[in-house]
Amino acid sequence: MRAFFALLARDLNLAFREGSALGAALGFYLIVVAMLPLGLGPDMALLSRIAPGLLWLALLLSALLTLGRLFETDLEDGSLDVLATGSLPLEAVVVAKGLAHWLSTALPLTLLAPILGLMLNLEFAAYPPLLATMLVGTPAISFIGTIGAALTLRSRRGSLLIALLVLPLYIPTLIFGIGAIASLLGPGGSEPSLMILGAISLGAFVLGPIAAAAALRAQLG
Amino acid sequence: MQTSAQNLTSRLANPTRFMSLSATALPWLGGIAAAFIAFGLYLAFFSAPPDYQQGQTVKIMFIHVPSAWLAMGIYLLVAISSFGLLVFRHPLADVSAKAAVPLGAAFTFLALITGALWGRPMWGAYWVWDARLTSVLILFFLYLGLMALRSSLDDEALASKLTAILALVGIVLLPIIKFSVEWWNTLHQPASVLRFGGPSIHASILVPLLVMAVGFVLAFTAMHLMAMRNEILRRRVKALTLAEVSRAGAGLPAGAKG
Repeated sequence: MRAFFALLARDLNLAFREGSALGAALGFYLIVVAMLPLGLGPDMALLSRIAPGLLWLALLLSALLTLGRLFETDLEDGSLDVLATGSLPLEAVVVAKGLAHWLSTALPLTLLAPILGLMLNLEFAAYPPLLATMLVGTPAISFIGTIGAALTLRSRRGSLLIALLVLPLYIPTLIFGIGAIASLLGPGGSEPSLMILGAISLGAFVLGPIAAAAALRAQLG
Repeated sequence: MQTSAQNLTSRLANPTRFMSLSATALPWLGGIAAAFIAFGLYLAFFSAPPDYQQGQTVKIMFIHVPSAWLAMGIYLLVAISSFGLLVFRHPLADVSAKAAVPLGAAFTFLALITGALWGRPMWGAYWVWDARLTSVLILFFLYLGLMALRSSLDDEALASKLTAILALVGIVLLPIIKFSVEWWNTLHQPASVLRFGGPSIHASILVPLLVMAVGFVLAFTAMHLMAMRNEILRRRVKALTLAEVSRAGAGLPAGAKG
């Protein structure tokens, strides 16, 4: 357990001190959302209606941008080999990496989303559901992302490939993320969609590290 | 039964035996498949009545439905083969998975295209964002992802393993994707052949449909065997070429190498 937290702290330190990946992701999120009204027209009523979907979709793409570096830097400087031969099981290493990615990328993006909601004229009542669904759903993005990052580690044009592999797997997260916002805003405020979104995140938390660790083992061994 | 099935898979583990067995089976399979499809098409065009609502466009279903079944069935085969590679290290499992993926993508594409051609007169649009259409489109993306991942790696053994992992992740997520889009929006009709309480289609349409389905499955099996044979031959040629190169390298005088 100590090794796990040490790895988590190291990855978070690296992410926040270096900062360029996080900055790029936040900047990308900002500019995508800023460009959407340019493409759709500045109709505030339309933007207000589709704002939750746009914010979710742009968040997925911004998070996707950072996935390529998840294991790459550790492969380059050899620390991935050290981690693979260390006492910590590779699955736990992937959990630490995924958790670090969530804390250092997905969470800041989630916190940026309400501010961008102001630009899209998101209605006031939609802010708590938006934040709730993103907090519940973004772990799925990080942990499904570990699979894509691990599979494309050694491949040529990995960063292009990762989008093709991971985006189809993000579809349930996107659908239930949007669905949960709609049902929380609707009459009665029922939350089964939010529960399912949580189930997807938990499922990704289990499946992602197993699959990603298997993929890493195949490439390191 | 189970032991005989196990015996069959373990006996087929020898590629040479597989090659000779598939060589005898292929002409028969291909012939029977062609006969079934020809008979099915005859039934579809000359015996099955036009639907009272859909008119002649119902004939598209005789291609569309078997393709859609195969699109899903082949993914299951890819996943089982991938499992066979990762867990049992069956030497033919990877060959089977590699050969099946492009065929699965082709049948998925066929299902999408025929569905679009049917949808235009029936629904008034080539494409609607319906649950079934969307999930089949995602299945198509998964097939493309498997092909792209395999082709992006030079090391063939590594490419096989990673593709197998992705195929297994895909099979876990496929039901989730299917149900998520199903609850999201739906227009496509529910299953009408494979359902509890028996098929809801009249026999005059059902029989040609089933004949076509058997023909399609046999045709896929024949193409799959053929693709597997090609893959085995390709690997043999590669191994022979590598052996040739290393022998030529060993034969050279020591000074000539550098």
